[in-house]
Amino acid sequence: MKEKFENNEDLNKLNFTKIINFIINFIKKVFVKYPVPVMFIIFLIVTIPASGFSWKYLINELFNRLARNSFLVLSLLLPIMAGMGINFAMVLGAMAGQISLILITDWSIVGLPGFFLAILLAIPISILLGILCGYILNRSKGREMVTSMILGFFMNGFYQFIVLYLMGPVIPIRNKLILLSRGFGIRNAVNLQGIRQCIDDLIPLTILKTDYDPGIKIQVATFFVIFLFCLFIVWFTKTKLGQDMRAVGEDRLIAESAGINADQTRLIAIVISTILASIGQIIFLQNIGTLSTYNSHDQTGQFAAASLLVGGATVSTATIGNVFLGVILFHLMFIVSPMAGKNLIGNAQVGEYFRVFVSYGIIAIALVLYAWKRFKEKQKEREATRFRELNKSK
Amino acid sequence: MIKNINKKGINMDKINKFIEKAGWPRIIIGIFLLILFACAPLVKLSLARSISDTLIRVGMNAVMVLALVPMVQSGCGLNFGLPLGYLAGILGALISIELNLKGLFGLLIAMGISIPFAIIFGIAYGALLNKVKGDEMMIATYVGFSSVSFFCILWLLLPFKSPVMVWGYAGRGLRTTISVQNFWQSALSDILSFKIGENFYFPTGMFLFFGLMCILIWAFFHTKIGTAMTAVGSNPDYARASGINIDKIRMLSVVMSTVLGALGIIIYEQSYGFIQIYNGPFYLGFPAVAAILLGGASVHKATIANVVIGAFLFQGILTMAPSVINSALKTDMSEIFRIIISMGMILYALTRKTKLRA
Repeated sequence: MKEKFENNEDLNKLNFTKIINFIINFIKKVFVKYPVPVMFIIFLIVTIPASGFSWKYLINELFNRLARNSFLVLSLLLPIMAGMGINFAMVLGAMAGQISLILITDWSIVGLPGFFLAILLAIPISILLGILCGYILNRSKGREMVTSMILGFFMNGFYQFIVLYLMGPVIPIRNKLILLSRGFGIRNAVNLQGIRQCIDDLIPLTILKTDYDPGIKIQVATFFVIFLFCLFIVWFTKTKLGQDMRAVGEDRLIAESAGINADQTRLIAIVISTILASIGQIIFLQNIGTLSTYNSHDQTGQFAAASLLVGGATVSTATIGNVFLGVILFHLMFIVSPMAGKNLIGNAQVGEYFRVFVSYGIIAIALVLYAWKRFKEKQKEREATRFRELNKSK
Repeated sequence: MIKNINKKGINMDKINKFIEKAGWPRIIIGIFLLILFACAPLVKLSLARSISDTLIRVGMNAVMVLALVPMVQSGCGLNFGLPLGYLAGILGALISIELNLKGLFGLLIAMGISIPFAIIFGIAYGALLNKVKGDEMMIATYVGFSSVSFFCILWLLLPFKSPVMVWGYAGRGLRTTISVQNFWQSALSDILSFKIGENFYFPTGMFLFFGLMCILIWAFFHTKIGTAMTAVGSNPDYARASGINIDKIRMLSVVMSTVLGALGIIIYEQSYGFIQIYNGPFYLGFPAVAAILLGGASVHKATIANVVIGAFLFQGILTMAPSVINSALKTDMSEIFRIIISMGMILYALTRKTKLRA
């Protein structure tokens, strides 16, 4: 009897340690596989309670930001698939979107027609910019990311030149309200009253609304557009072109020897990405309602890239799931940091600088982890070949 | 007739050789710069003043450009993470002001304090870059960005007390720009400096310091370790085979670059008169990179001659073009001009077809 009991206890103990081991292993596995999202979730567990926001407020804000940003982040997927890393030059698309928004504001075309006209105008501009970008990135294989980032900065110079000097004397602008007082160049802020939230509010839906509480607003139409676009991506990956793109991303040389025109495939990936970024920026700005002419596009690529990486994507693999997880986590951090900083450290500004730091730091960490992994793989491969050769010589 | 053609042919040969040696970008920018200097009197700018301004800016920026050489030579590519070094320099400068040190002494103490910081930052940065061989440039950029934004938080929280630097009404947190006027403004520039006429000022001290640094770097690359550094950059396999510890050499190059960056920003500040913190150093790494590339350096190779030529051409263009254009068109296009020239130059270097290395 006693023996049996002891045995039982042993068994229990064994089970217990087994379970703990299993849990630890599981956590380890998750952490190794998704280090960035895990770090972020731990951070949020601390800061969300510290910020003191109500869950309703947070969810409302989150829906708003999902509607605002998802499309921009989705536009990064195709270049990653084609093996070109994160397309920081999506800023080019954002610029195209902004130029077309300035034009439709000048022509005072409002509502949905204005919105769609802006998209129609943005597409040819972004095709041109995308071809330029693709051509440049094809000349700098192996360092596409840094080149695309510099290209974004470079084109920012041209964008400023067009908006600040050519708009007025060369591109006719009649609306005095958006012109600088000197008679040419666009003002710092352009009010997009005409198309403000025209897609977001197309199908109005607010849930949990009470007398004291504004409730949770859901931007049904915007999410529908985003959903359509997700379907497009899923469909696209199954087409011949999508398969080619993936093959080029896996190994460019093998794909080329299989008869795929790698350069052209990469170019198409970038052109599509640029077009989508321009549409994304238009959706983003119709949600915000004001165009900050010289700053709106500055952080677009930065925040989109950070969101994607926070969602667990790497420089070589990214899925639609990564996009949404990333936008949710990253923007939760964005919403809560200033208040959390105020409540934890006593300084809201610290929280504000902190979220900027996180958006840069997270990209740095994700890039480092990826490069490190690749470096280690290369080393292992090298050692394996060395070993093989050693065996041969023996 | 035939003779003439021959003569021309020989000349063309020489010209072609020169073009090949100097490279198109330098020739175009050089000619452009000469035209700008020639145009200066036409738009009623004083030529002496223009040249003096150019020289001052060359002196201000030259050490920061020089800071890029070690890392390019050791194969780490262009150091877009240079702002990390700037932060060390800014820390040194702020501590020197906090201690209320003035004149050349204050400046030297600022440099002295910044060096250990730069060495610590450099070691951490170098260790990181050794783990990510092949992707250095992108990661360096983000190391620069994230460290600058991290220091934004520190500037708010560090316990600086000097009323010159701290916001008056809150009593804590540093101001966005801090004047060094009452401490060590022009402490280095004014050494042996001289004036010719009304408009020409030559900041001898800055050039002496830059010269000294150039000689030190030149001498370093002729020592055993310096040669090893070049070998690591140009042929890592060969370097490994000859028993060089690649990681150590790369680390050394990163530390050197960071220290030079720290010294460079202090020299910049003493001439400029202000310390810019928070987002100030954010994009300050790019002009240095653009300058060295304009001087003929590539992603894999840079010499001191590249630094000198590049600093002069780049700063010359940046000083002259906006002031000539502004006087001619009466608008301020300097910002746009700076972006297009510097980013265009970096873009050109990144897209240049380079030989594939094994």
